[in-house]
Amino acid sequence: MNEKRKMNEKKDGLRRYEYEIAVIGGGPAGLGASLSAWKAGGKKIVILERGAELGGILPQCIHSGFGLHYFGEELTGPEYAYRFISELKNTEVEVKLDTMVLEISAEISGDMRKRILCVNAKDGIFEIDARIIILAMGCRERTRGALQIPGSRPAGVYTAGATQRYVNIEGYLPGKKIFVLGSGDIGLIMARRLTLEGAKVVMVCEIMPYSCGLNRNIVQCVEDFGIPLRFSHTVTKVHGRERVEGVTICRVDEKLKPIKGSEEYIECDTLLLSVGLIPENELTRNAGIMIDERTGGPVVNENMETSIKGVYACGNVVHVHDLVDNVTKESERAGMNAAKALFEKVERERERIGNVEYRKDNKDKDKNVEYEGDREGKDNEEKEDENNIRLSAGKGVRYTVPQRLTNRVKGDVEVFFRVTEVFRDSKIVVDGVDGVDEGVDEGKGEVYVSQKRRVMNPGEMQSVVLKKEVIEDILSDGVGELRFFIECK
Amino acid sequence: MRILDEKAELELEHDVLESKMESKEEKKKRFVCVVCPMGCAIDTKYADKDGEVKIKEVSGAECSRGKVYAELEVTKPVRTLTTTMRVIGGKKKLVPVKTSKPVPKNKIFACMEEINRSRVQAPVYVGQVLIKNIQNSGADVIATYEVEAWN
Repeated sequence: MNEKRKMNEKKDGLRRYEYEIAVIGGGPAGLGASLSAWKAGGKKIVILERGAELGGILPQCIHSGFGLHYFGEELTGPEYAYRFISELKNTEVEVKLDTMVLEISAEISGDMRKRILCVNAKDGIFEIDARIIILAMGCRERTRGALQIPGSRPAGVYTAGATQRYVNIEGYLPGKKIFVLGSGDIGLIMARRLTLEGAKVVMVCEIMPYSCGLNRNIVQCVEDFGIPLRFSHTVTKVHGRERVEGVTICRVDEKLKPIKGSEEYIECDTLLLSVGLIPENELTRNAGIMIDERTGGPVVNENMETSIKGVYACGNVVHVHDLVDNVTKESERAGMNAAKALFEKVERERERIGNVEYRKDNKDKDKNVEYEGDREGKDNEEKEDENNIRLSAGKGVRYTVPQRLTNRVKGDVEVFFRVTEVFRDSKIVVDGVDGVDEGVDEGKGEVYVSQKRRVMNPGEMQSVVLKKEVIEDILSDGVGELRFFIECK
Repeated sequence: MRILDEKAELELEHDVLESKMESKEEKKKRFVCVVCPMGCAIDTKYADKDGEVKIKEVSGAECSRGKVYAELEVTKPVRTLTTTMRVIGGKKKLVPVKTSKPVPKNKIFACMEEINRSRVQAPVYVGQVLIKNIQNSGADVIATYEVEAWN
């Protein structure tokens, strides 16, 4: 009944539903964002989820280690998801499952409302009309194609996450002798999982000289079971016609190039790839939203707003996180700010309507009148001078999130970053320059933060908090660019 | 993530789990601490008389929590086991489960076997006890997600 009220048949026959906030993706980011938007007073919220259930990847991550930061207790993936899903049931947030978003159109100018083109079995192809969009599509795994491993193309090459689904949800064991390439967390966790279910994991091999997974996973997933772990090694060939029969591995040099003569044949029937994740941003790119090529996700400001006003992003679609707790925190920020922006928008519209009524009553046509078009223009002007502090990654820093600060930034801002290599007993330094003198050496600008860190490694996301007072200084100094870099001893 | 100097890496490659025998009484074991990202290499010396382990020395830990971790790893290593159990009459084939508290490391495979032999009738609720006191470990096996029944 509710749906009927919202549904309008457009001339072209597409069904159209109206919402205030549309969240794309029902994983941890989408759940966190929609819940916090709801709690902040947002109404008419919808989650569009491609899968058959909410929770994203969490229901298949049956191991524990979730929620230590957010809930202060150790939970499994399903339990973590369950807390949010059951909380969502007590709200009026609507959920459309098995619904694929095909396109979002959120033009910078000309159209206040945003349109989302979706498809599902019940409605066919339909449109959602929303004031605010929150992107929470997450990421997907890098595949064999991305690595370009030579050799035949037999069955038995899987990504670690896909295997996790087969084993934990569908109940299939994909092989008996498993070789794991890459020491990412999912790969390590699957090495343990497959061992527990009776498969033999013959080796885990990592191209870098260090592990990309958490310390705990190396110890509890690999060493506990006596699984050989090789660093600075990669797979150079896949053998087998119908099914994987083995792989050739090779030691690599400092430039990660295979060393001739170091080849070794390892027999296995399954090759598992745990070689990185890519934020899933086809929708984002097509909408013309600015992408940061280093993260593979949209450029966002401290409110998690993208380069298009009213479009927010959070979770792994922005940058790949190692902890779901951080995804939740980030999503809550996105949801809360989205709700806030919604109120401002509604407030502005109400003012406008108020003016019109006033005008009618007074028959005074030319004072204080704002037409829709004029107002749009003003919004865009505001937009242009808003994101005017750039955050850049200098020596030793791969990227920062957020990448921009608005000139209205208030309170503490936590900036996340990843380092390019392992640093011990070094410092993370943040200095500012006023945009004009970009040639200034790192550290020669006004230094706002300089913090000692005992150990920073690429596998663990780092963060630095810009305190309220520091933010005030940055604003009053008129900083155009904040540079994040590592200072070694 | 962990960084090891080459020597340590070699050592670990050769004996990941096996403890080195110094003499019949004194044994040595090296751990990489998992308490924090520092990943200290902690060396322990202990005596093992018919399963009765006595710590003699713990070195290399940069904090007290690391020391406690290493001591526990030597005397009584435990792990929380997470796996799945078959569901009968449910909308899903499997329900994820965990042990209500950590179980001794050497009972992990016995627990797996028992869980894989067991079946549970849907519906299953989060927190539902599926196996009591598995393998006499004092831990229960509980469901960590819900599975609805077919009708």
